[in-house]
Amino acid sequence: MPDKKQDLIDQHLQDLNDDGVDRRGFLKCMAWAGTGLVWTMSGGVPVSRAFAKSGGKGSDKDAGKGADFSFVQISDSHIGFNKPANPDVTATLQTAINKINAMPHTPDFIIHTGDLSQLSKPSEFDTLDQVLKGASAKDIYFVPGEHDMLSDNGEQYLQRYGKGTKGTGWSSFDHKGVHFVGLVNVANLKAGGMGSLGHEQLEWLEDDLKGRSASTPIVLYAHIPLWTIYPDWGWGTDDSEQALSYVKRFGSVTVLNGHIHQIMQKVEGKVSFHTAMSTAFPQPAPGTAPSAGPMKVPADQLQKVLGITDVNYMVSGRSLAVVDSPLGA
Amino acid sequence: MNNTKNMWVAALTAPVMIALLLLCIGSQNVMASNDKASVATADVKIDNFSFGPQTITVPVGTTVTWTNRDDIPHTSVSADDVFKSKVMDTDEKFSYTFTKPGTYPYYCTIHPKMTGKVVVQ
Repeated sequence: MPDKKQDLIDQHLQDLNDDGVDRRGFLKCMAWAGTGLVWTMSGGVPVSRAFAKSGGKGSDKDAGKGADFSFVQISDSHIGFNKPANPDVTATLQTAINKINAMPHTPDFIIHTGDLSQLSKPSEFDTLDQVLKGASAKDIYFVPGEHDMLSDNGEQYLQRYGKGTKGTGWSSFDHKGVHFVGLVNVANLKAGGMGSLGHEQLEWLEDDLKGRSASTPIVLYAHIPLWTIYPDWGWGTDDSEQALSYVKRFGSVTVLNGHIHQIMQKVEGKVSFHTAMSTAFPQPAPGTAPSAGPMKVPADQLQKVLGITDVNYMVSGRSLAVVDSPLGA
Repeated sequence: MNNTKNMWVAALTAPVMIALLLLCIGSQNVMASNDKASVATADVKIDNFSFGPQTITVPVGTTVTWTNRDDIPHTSVSADDVFKSKVMDTDEKFSYTFTKPGTYPYYCTIHPKMTGKVVVQ
């Protein structure tokens, strides 16, 4: 598996900023990012360091330095989950929010990439709202995960978090020159398939991006990865290729996903793919367990495999720096 | 339950029961209750994001019960809209009685890579 993946990365490897620096060797180590690492993508240059050696709190501080604005991605809070992998997911979400509130730079907004709840229950959404209310950033954008659309076709979710969105909850907005698009790939899934965007949403996306300057930085976010990570576990989106064909002409594209409860990164041309940690429980690396089910780790290790993602945007380089931080070191 | 009705059910299902016993000797998945001779049942367990057994063959009239033994919710939904479970959380069950012969493909709508088949003979 790593070899195949590596080939893919090598094949598509390009210098992101056209500054002639060869990053082949550098990117090679990005293929499968382990937990407990801090990934920085500064001016298009990815840097990885072991979190434990990066100077703890100091590294968070440095991450936002010089940024024109930042936002935070949180994912997979699974409020309502109460199994051994994490009996108190509300507490770990609270820890994530505390971590955001303690940042030296207040993020402009938060993006939640889905699986807000475990079972789409009103009480679970209530608890989530209660915790998110305490966040320093007041604007929160959501896309649903499959857990948020159980039994009622996402009606409850859309009522609460889908205001102003289209279809099953997709939308776009502009912020300080960056165009953000939230996509839904968890609705109307077909037997035997993976995530799916569907014809209607793809048409909307094409239209949404039409006429925008190729120099506009684009951020796509969705729950299930928009690149195929592990088809056996459904970790991919069947029609993502078409969506990605619409962003090919843009100079900087960042794709943020959740669903797999671990950090993975890939760079393909001008497109950087990134998945976030969960705030609830970790899942195994692809193929390392009989299934993708919640992974139980010793209680004192849990906060190392849960976390948040801080994204900093610098106008000068038209690039985004993505920094993952575990909840606890 | 009234007794007259039970008798009727027993009389009607007797040939089915015989067929069932002949068909399913050696199968662990289908258990017919000899004593009451009224209901044929079969079980599908959901473990590690998969239906086990993935294909189950049962006689007409069998009630199939799915049990979710994962820490994650699943569904069991017919690909042809024949049956549709509610979301099954851990240890929750869903049952459906198959009254017509045929092949019934189904999947988990939450994790569509999970597919299975009920063959009713």
